[in-house]
Amino acid sequence: MKKVWIIARRELSAFFDSLMAYIMLVLFLGFSGFFTWLYGSDIFFVGQASLQAFFSIAYWTLFFFIPALTMRLLAEEKRSGTIELLLTKPVNDWQVVVGKFFSTLILIAIALALTLPYYITVANIGNIDHGAVWTGYLGLLLMSASYISIGLFSSSISNNQIVGFLLALFIGIFFHIIFGVLAGNFTGVAGQIFNYLDLSTHFESISRGVIDTADLVYFLSIVFIGLILSESVLTKRNVVD
Amino acid sequence: MDIQIENLTKVYGAQKAVDDISFNVKTGEVLGFLGPNGAGKTTTMKAITSFLAPNNGIIRIGNVSVFDDPDTTKSYIGYLPENNPLYPEMPVIDYLRFVAQLQGIPKDGIRDRILDMVKVCGLEGEKHKKIGELSKGYQQRVGLAQALIHDPEVLILDEPTSGLDPNQIVEIRELIKKIGREKTVILSSHILAEVEATCDRIMIINNGKIVADGTSEELRRRSQGREMLKVTIEDGERNEVYQALQSLASVEMVDFASDTKAAFEVQSKPEQSSRRAIFKLCIENDWYLTELTPVETKLEDVFRQLTMN
Repeated sequence: MKKVWIIARRELSAFFDSLMAYIMLVLFLGFSGFFTWLYGSDIFFVGQASLQAFFSIAYWTLFFFIPALTMRLLAEEKRSGTIELLLTKPVNDWQVVVGKFFSTLILIAIALALTLPYYITVANIGNIDHGAVWTGYLGLLLMSASYISIGLFSSSISNNQIVGFLLALFIGIFFHIIFGVLAGNFTGVAGQIFNYLDLSTHFESISRGVIDTADLVYFLSIVFIGLILSESVLTKRNVVD
Repeated sequence: MDIQIENLTKVYGAQKAVDDISFNVKTGEVLGFLGPNGAGKTTTMKAITSFLAPNNGIIRIGNVSVFDDPDTTKSYIGYLPENNPLYPEMPVIDYLRFVAQLQGIPKDGIRDRILDMVKVCGLEGEKHKKIGELSKGYQQRVGLAQALIHDPEVLILDEPTSGLDPNQIVEIRELIKKIGREKTVILSSHILAEVEATCDRIMIINNGKIVADGTSEELRRRSQGREMLKVTIEDGERNEVYQALQSLASVEMVDFASDTKAAFEVQSKPEQSSRRAIFKLCIENDWYLTELTPVETKLEDVFRQLTMN
C-alpha cells in the first residue's frame, strides 16, 4: 500500500508539474460553472434549490476530460522506457497500475472539491436536499473511477497517447450512451442486460439520493476489470532487444 | 552477493535472443558483457532485473530466485537501463527521493543518501534543475545516482558511459571500479577499451551464446596461441635475412613488414619462442638487431574473430 501511495504521489505531482492539472481544473470549473450558472437550463431556471444542473454537466465534462488525463499514464512510460526503470524497482505491476489509478482519482476529487462553493451558494438560496447532493458527488466520483480505469487500460495498450485517448473515448461512449440507446431498442432479456450495462442509469439512481448495492457493484466491477486488464497487458510485455 | 545464472533462454518469436547460457558472478567481481548489437546482452540484463521473464532458466541473486521473490532480488539490484530512461519533467532531487522511497530507504535516511549521491555523481550544481533541462552527460549521472541510491549489493549497468565526455568517463570508471571491490557489478559496453579498463572479467556474447569468458589477458592468449614478433634487422641484405629467419627451427612463417625496409613479422611455431634464436642469428652474421617486439593481439581482434561469422 505504501508503494502504491509513493507512485500515486509522483504521478499527481507530474500532473501539476506538466500544467496538465491546472489546465484540467480551470477548464472543468469553467465549463461546469458556465453551464451551471449562466447558460441554458441553469440553476435559476429550474426554480428549486438543487445541483442537478451541475451534476448533469459534470457527467459530460468528466467523460471528455478523464481520457485526456489518463492517456499518458502508461503510454508515456512505455514510449520513453521509464516503465523499465519503475518495474525493476521493488514494486510489482499491480502496485504501479493501482498507484496511477489513484493519482488520477485524487485529481478528480480535488476538482470536485473545488465545486463545493456551488453547493454552499445554492444551500443559502433555498432548501436543498443535502443527501442528494452528497450522493450526487459520490456518483460523479464512482463514474470518474470507472472511466479512469477504462482510460488506464486504453493507455496500456499502445505507447501512443492519442491511441490511448481515442480508445478510452470509444470504450467510454458505449457505457455513456450506446448501451442506453440499445436498452431502449431491445425488449426482454437483451433490453435488461443493456439497461444494466448503461452507466447513466446507475449514475442517475445514485445522484437522486438512492445508494443501491447493485449500483456500487456495477461501478466497482468496471474499476476492477479495467485495473486487472491493464495489469495483464503490462505483464505480457514484449520488449524488443 | 553472488549471481548465478543457469540455462537462461529467451525467445522472441522465432529468434533466440539468449540461448541456454549459464554463468556465475562472484562478489567483488566486475563482469563486462561484450557483444555486437542484438547479441543478447540487454535481454540477459532485463532477465536478471526481472523486467523480462525468460522462457527457461534459473537466476539466483544471493541464493534468492528472481522468480520466486522478485521484490527481494529487485531491492538488491541497482539498475541503469539502456538509453537511460528518466522523467524529464521531474527535478533531480525529487526524482532521487522518489527512487529512494520506492527502494524502501527509511524516511530519516533519505535526505543523507540523496546528498551523498549528488556529491558522488557530481550533480551539485544541477540538483534543483528539471532532468529534461540537463545535458546528456548529467542525465547519465542522474541515471547512475538512482541506481546507486540504496547502496545496492549488485549493480547492473547497460552501457553506463554512453554520452559522457572523456573526463566524465574516467570518473565513472573509477567509481565503478571502487564499487566493484565490494559489490557485484555487471556492465555492458561497445567500447572495448572501457571493458578492458574497468572489468576483472570479460564475457563475449554472440547470437545469444557465450563465446568467450575470462580476463582480458586470458582472452588474448587464447585467441593468439602462438608468438608473433616484429623484428627489424639492419646491415643485412633483405632477402638473405629473410632466408636466414625462415630457416630457424622455431619459426613457422616470416613476412615482410610493410612499414620499413628492414622489418619483418615472424610467427613462431606453437608453444615455442624464437626470440633467443633471432638474437643469436644476428650475432653470428654481424647484423644489427634494432627492434624485437612481441605483437599483442588486441581485444578488438579477439572480438572480431569471435563474433564474425
